[in-house]
Amino acid sequence: MAPTIVVVGHGMVGHRFLEEAVARGLHETHRIVVLAEERRAAYDRVHLSSFFDGASTEDLALSPDEWFLDHGIELALGEPATELLVHERTIVTAAGRRIPYDACVLASGSSAFVPPIDGHDAAGCFVYRTLDDLEAIRAWASGASAGVVVGGGLLGLEAANAVRLLGLRTSVVEMAPRLMAVQLDDGGGRALRGHVDALGIEVHTGVAVAGVATTPDGRVAGLRLGGGEDAAERTLPAELVVFAAGIRPRDQLARVADLPVGERGGVVIDDRCATAAPGVYAIGEVACHSGRVYGLVAPGQVMAEVVADQIAGGGLTFAGADLSTRLKLLGVEVASVGNPHAEGHEIVVSDPLVGTWKRAVLDDEHRLVGAVLVGDAAPFGHLVSALRTGTAVTDALAMLSPPPVGGAAGPMADEASVCSCHNVCAGTIRGAVDDGHEEVPAVKACTKAGTGCGSCVPILQELIDEQLAASGRAVVRHLCPHFAMSRAELFDVVSVTGIRTFRELVERHGTGRGCEICKPAVASMFASLASGYILDGEQASLQDTNDHFLANLQRDGTYSVIPRIPGGEITPEKLIVIGEVARDFDLYTKITGGQRIDLLGARVDDLPAIWARLVAAGFESGHAYGKALRTVKSCVGTVWCRYGVQDSVQLAVDLELRYRGLRSPHKLKMAVSGCARECAEAQGKDVGVIATERGWNLYVGGNGGMRPAHAQLLAEDLDTETLVRSIDRYLMWYIRTADRLERTATWQRKLPGGIDQVRRVVMDDALGIGADLEADMARHVESYECEWTATLNDAERLSRFRSIVNDPEGAPLPTRVEIRGQRVPE
Amino acid sequence: MSRVPDAALDVAARNPDALGAGRWEGVCRIHDLTPDRGVAALVDGVPVAVFLLSGGELLAIDDLDPFSGASVLSRGIVGDVAGEPTVASPVYKQRFLLRTGRCIEDPSVSVVTWPVRVRGGRVEVAVP
Repeated sequence: MAPTIVVVGHGMVGHRFLEEAVARGLHETHRIVVLAEERRAAYDRVHLSSFFDGASTEDLALSPDEWFLDHGIELALGEPATELLVHERTIVTAAGRRIPYDACVLASGSSAFVPPIDGHDAAGCFVYRTLDDLEAIRAWASGASAGVVVGGGLLGLEAANAVRLLGLRTSVVEMAPRLMAVQLDDGGGRALRGHVDALGIEVHTGVAVAGVATTPDGRVAGLRLGGGEDAAERTLPAELVVFAAGIRPRDQLARVADLPVGERGGVVIDDRCATAAPGVYAIGEVACHSGRVYGLVAPGQVMAEVVADQIAGGGLTFAGADLSTRLKLLGVEVASVGNPHAEGHEIVVSDPLVGTWKRAVLDDEHRLVGAVLVGDAAPFGHLVSALRTGTAVTDALAMLSPPPVGGAAGPMADEASVCSCHNVCAGTIRGAVDDGHEEVPAVKACTKAGTGCGSCVPILQELIDEQLAASGRAVVRHLCPHFAMSRAELFDVVSVTGIRTFRELVERHGTGRGCEICKPAVASMFASLASGYILDGEQASLQDTNDHFLANLQRDGTYSVIPRIPGGEITPEKLIVIGEVARDFDLYTKITGGQRIDLLGARVDDLPAIWARLVAAGFESGHAYGKALRTVKSCVGTVWCRYGVQDSVQLAVDLELRYRGLRSPHKLKMAVSGCARECAEAQGKDVGVIATERGWNLYVGGNGGMRPAHAQLLAEDLDTETLVRSIDRYLMWYIRTADRLERTATWQRKLPGGIDQVRRVVMDDALGIGADLEADMARHVESYECEWTATLNDAERLSRFRSIVNDPEGAPLPTRVEIRGQRVPE
Repeated sequence: MSRVPDAALDVAARNPDALGAGRWEGVCRIHDLTPDRGVAALVDGVPVAVFLLSGGELLAIDDLDPFSGASVLSRGIVGDVAGEPTVASPVYKQRFLLRTGRCIEDPSVSVVTWPVRVRGGRVEVAVP
């Protein structure tokens, strides 16, 4: 029988061990058994709070289920190890299984530390460690209005973000005099606090926690602060308390087995990550190396690699970890390098107006010993590189304010760290690009860079572009063979030059006569820039058949008709008209997913007569045929619903009337839900709005379809005016810069900085284009006209609707068969 | 593949009017056509897609899209591939060379081309 490796715990570090084991072929020579306490396979714990920001458990998963099957790894979920019998080299599980091992890897991580204060176990007290914890917090939060997080460190701020994303008034209580006391200095703590304050999170530093106040039935009523002799006690009212004030290694198995543990816990390991028991290793937060337990994921991952290498017969060792770390907390970049509390020659670059604090400390030989970065972590790579190489720093100011990668200061050194989670340096990224991995996802897949905390992804993009350019392979994203530029570039040309005919555009900026790719793309740009009826003059030849006949082509050459039903709200009279039109023109009817009614099977020749009846009844074009706004779906909101908190129908109707007819790179769908129950499924739309007690939460970048995407939260509790302005900007920026047929989700994902960049541009107007975008949208709103009404009022436009030019009767209806009481194509 | 017999094409090439006596069928007026856009016409009962290119050239191919079986090629977008005029089927987007009828995506498929001309402001298609 093959030798057995038992892995105790399946968190990020345990999973990393499996990956490293597979990379060394250990799965082919060994039986590998993983004992996991949770019922879920390993997931990204660093990004837990994104679970409340649209990420699903699948998004957070580290490997798909097939991965374990494919590599023959036995993953026992919900079956934790209960006993380590070192003499028998056997592990006992909660299910009573006894598994003899040749090697045992302890990777059971840590548990949250709950201070033994009064009321710490009241209903409504939680810790913040697992997805189950988060689900419990979410369930409890639905009846709560305020939450307090105990702990202002890394984990505490992550937890605060989670509480905030749940829509609760959020406070953070920290005993130390500043936030992130371990990683930051006073200046950094102050800068970070400025950002946290701006998010509406209340911060209390330098205060002790006296206890949890409870209701008579034992539920959390608040957190009692201060106490003792020097400070008056006061209570922060809250229905929810989250403890995130530190971790304790989960070293019980080792303690019971009498293995040595550190002073403050953690199984003692040597440089091979081996414990005192033969064949037993410990990695990650359960391990204590040289008296130190590392609470960060990166050192744990190095240990995982060391153990895999040891078992495979290699000689890799763990020499302690540099605690340099770079992360993004609550949207703020924070980094610390070396010893952030070191003393020596200080260089500080600080801008309180934008909330940046960058401080480097040099020793007498001008070598970097430590640094803190808040608000701008761009210098991180250079600083780590300087720390590791130990060379004297000549221009410290430039080091703290480097121009973008590839700028005057020269490119990043090959050994400079890019991804601190996976310890990947710039040279490795460059090598991957040279091996043909030319896009971020491919580089992530082969180097693992950017798959930890993700904060280095924008740097990856820059390095890839820089390397491609350096090797003469500059990334070209030409629209088509007729235009040697991207859609965004062409849009700028159209916008700046004012050219409004395709012929002039292709003559001056392209080649040939165009094609089925560039023509509709250009027609859409003309339409987005509000240039009138889309079928007049030359524009008629640019449109694809759907736009040409203002209807949707079906597989048999007939068309479907969708009248606009704003917000899905329709009167009985209008419903009757739709029924009569369908009956009289022999159309098949079906309710769409966007709360409207599709009438299918219309001949080109009948479209004007169909629309004459619909327009007479007060209907307008639904633009189902266009790459344009489709519908704004809604629930009934406060008008009828017992739970609604805002009038979602009114807002949906207003939004649909505002953006109707807006041409865009791809179709646009929107929805408005009247409360957090989210019946309108707004988080699956390009623009989704969810009512709160105080206004509207705005989500962007969702879609269903082939690759469903969950929308991401852009802003909270907006008043209606701010909401509409933000949507104006978002949509127009997307229209200006997205690729052809690129939906908002993809566009947003590919933007360097992702949703944070969207937030900066749309909410903070960081590019200063807000007014322009709003003006573009105002022009659209101003110039809107119903394309079908305009068509019916013009004999020449109507003359186009003939299926056969030399037969006034037109083409006969293709053969029909009857199913379920309606007639459909054969 | 041409619906017009080779012999007839030869005659047309030497003397286009030789085909005229009852062989050309008028389908519409030239200004019924939009440059770089097609129309469908029934020629001897067969739907034919007639295109007027922006340079003035007239071309005609079968209207029936062999991939979808729908009569729709006249409703496709006109473009060019390396200077050769094309139309893209509006159903599944295969492109056809307007001068030869050949499909670019699948060269084993082609549609019939039809001789077409203008006489006295009328667009005429040759009846086979």
